[in-house]
Amino acid sequence: MLKIKNLQVGLEEENKQILKGVNLEIGEGEVHAIMGPNGSGKSTTSYVLAGKDGYEVTDGSATLNGEELLDMDPEERAAAGLFLAFQYPVEIPGVGNMTFLRTAVNAQRKARGEDELSAGEFLKIVRAKAKSLEIDADMLKRPVNVGFSGGEKKRNEILQMAMLEPKMCVLDETDSGLDVDAMKLVAKGVNALRDGKRSFLVITHYQRLLDHIKPDFVHIMADGRIVKSGGPELALEVENNGYADILAEVA
Amino acid sequence: MAVSQPKMDGASALAGHYPAPSGAKWAHDARASAMATFMSQGAPHKRDEYWRYTDPSALTAVPTAPAALFTSDEKPMFDGVDRVRIVFVDGVFDAAQSDDLSLAGATIETLSSAVNTDIHWAKDLFGQLEKNGQNPVQRPLAALNTAVADEGLVIHVTGKCEKPLAIRYIHNAKTSDAMVHHVIKIDAGAEFTLLESGAGAARFNSVLEVDVADNAQFHHVRTQGRDHERKTVTHMFGRLGQESVLRSFTMTVNGILTRNDAILEFTGDNAQATVAGACAGDGNGFHHDDTVFVTHDSVNCESRQVFKKVLRNGATGVFQGKILVKADAQKTDGYQISQGLLLDDNSNFLAKPELEIYADDVACSHGSTVGAIDDEALFYLTSRGVPRKQAQDMLVLAFLGEAIDEINNDELADDIRDRLAAWMERRHG
Ligand SMILES: Nc1ncnc2c1ncn2[C@@H]1O[C@H](COP(=O)(O)OP(=O)(O)OP(=O)(O)O)[C@@H](O)[C@H]1O
Ligand SMILES: [Mg+2]
Repeated sequence: MLKIKNLQVGLEEENKQILKGVNLEIGEGEVHAIMGPNGSGKSTTSYVLAGKDGYEVTDGSATLNGEELLDMDPEERAAAGLFLAFQYPVEIPGVGNMTFLRTAVNAQRKARGEDELSAGEFLKIVRAKAKSLEIDADMLKRPVNVGFSGGEKKRNEILQMAMLEPKMCVLDETDSGLDVDAMKLVAKGVNALRDGKRSFLVITHYQRLLDHIKPDFVHIMADGRIVKSGGPELALEVENNGYADILAEVA
Repeated sequence: MAVSQPKMDGASALAGHYPAPSGAKWAHDARASAMATFMSQGAPHKRDEYWRYTDPSALTAVPTAPAALFTSDEKPMFDGVDRVRIVFVDGVFDAAQSDDLSLAGATIETLSSAVNTDIHWAKDLFGQLEKNGQNPVQRPLAALNTAVADEGLVIHVTGKCEKPLAIRYIHNAKTSDAMVHHVIKIDAGAEFTLLESGAGAARFNSVLEVDVADNAQFHHVRTQGRDHERKTVTHMFGRLGQESVLRSFTMTVNGILTRNDAILEFTGDNAQATVAGACAGDGNGFHHDDTVFVTHDSVNCESRQVFKKVLRNGATGVFQGKILVKADAQKTDGYQISQGLLLDDNSNFLAKPELEIYADDVACSHGSTVGAIDDEALFYLTSRGVPRKQAQDMLVLAFLGEAIDEINNDELADDIRDRLAAWMERRHG
């Protein structure tokens, strides 16, 4: 599904290397988790995959089902099946949440040569999915993320993911800022999308999310590299001992 | 200060260009007085403080430079609205294309018919609100309009009009130079909606005098035609009585030169006025200026000025807005925001917001910003699959939307949004 090879990334504006050769391979239907200290490059990895400006890829590649993502515009990556749930979802005053979602869904369908959804069809689907995430009708009408609580923003990200039905979902700290119930809700939303084909890359600091979204593999990122990979037990080790031991071991 | 010779010469040349219209004595007197004002002020010049950001020479040149007609397959504005439709072609009332001058709750006449009536209520308003608005700022092009305009409508609103009156200005002749002057008197408790659309003429000078009596309401939605080469100057003089409401919104796309002046005066307590504008300009030649002067001279009135301009490819947007709060105008709530969204480095937004306050118990705020498209928002939208251009349009519409939201009629607001969206989509080529 997703193959990241020797990905090296710096900043466009200043001479600073952030990713120093990231290698990661995610197979169809797999769930991978990335953990790692603050500032290690986790969000940067997700942004570079999604196509955010301001980064310069100096080496490496990232392919989705064999297609080079790094050559595509962000909207093409989305249409190809990549989705990033943002660590900090952006507030967009004046753009209705519903209008935005419908435009996005139909733009992707159009890009893939599928028929656009009518307003009625769309409404039916979005209402059902919003309900299961306990997002009320009022939130759908409001401008994108404006005045949403931290938890509401994260649930809104999952709603978008559910509507867009991507192949590869990247979730950047979707658990941060969520209370226990909201986290269960979000995990339920994610698990509902697990169909044996769709793959997930879950960035998190905490084991507690991984109790609900069970990963097949766990990776530790430090200083712009993946320094250790393992099974779910690696997350438990981090939870109990922090990163010190792991970092010492690989140093 | 003595008026300079070039300004005097400019005024003489311009005044000499227009024949003196006929009318009853009261109209003749009002016009003569306006002409005297114009001649003493001289033609506006870019060295004038009030024209500092906008060169008026295209508005004062004799004769008018030709402007190519704009032909479009686009449907005329407001055609879906149940309204009484009045047509002016190059500034001349066209009875054949217009509906009957009949609207329940109002009496409508042409200006030329009203000014030839010896005894007419318009005597108290025609040229009078314009004259009041000449102080403290000179408005020579409005005075000239009063002096020479022979076309327009004179409307007396006595009840709550169910339907709006929609004036459509058609531009048919390449060198047309039109002046229209409307006078509207809205009686106590009455309500009236005026819609205006179209370019009007190669050069178009319009004055609207509107008197909104106690508890009366005036709603105004205007779109200025998409003719690429039109030059327009408009003045709206509004006087508000107690607990009255005035709401005016203007959408402008294209044109070379547009100067919209709104001059409002609160004379009764607890009244509300809003002037708003959404403007989209593309190209070096585009210059759009909103100039607003609101005078608070009564207690507990609320005024809002909301102006948004999106500019690209070297377009220029100007906002000059003033709130004057006189000493007795306690509890005034004055709000003013003007914002420019620049889609490239070649475009310009110039703003001169001013507050002048002599009362001590007031809440006035003003803000002016200029910025570019928010990259974070753009990335968010594109990362969800919305193509970049479409995402940019969504953000531009959202930006302009805050001005469109000032229209308190959903049907009209949606109409405006649709037009802007269609216009932006055509930009994609
Ligand atoms: N646009 C930028 N400008 C300057 N520095 C940046 C930029 N983007 C990332 N960085 C730097 O790159 C490093 C990696 O940042 P990144 O956000 O990827 O970390 P992270 O692993 O997601 O951290 P956290 O766990 O705190 O979310 C940090 O030192 C950060 O300050
Ligand atoms: Mg991060």
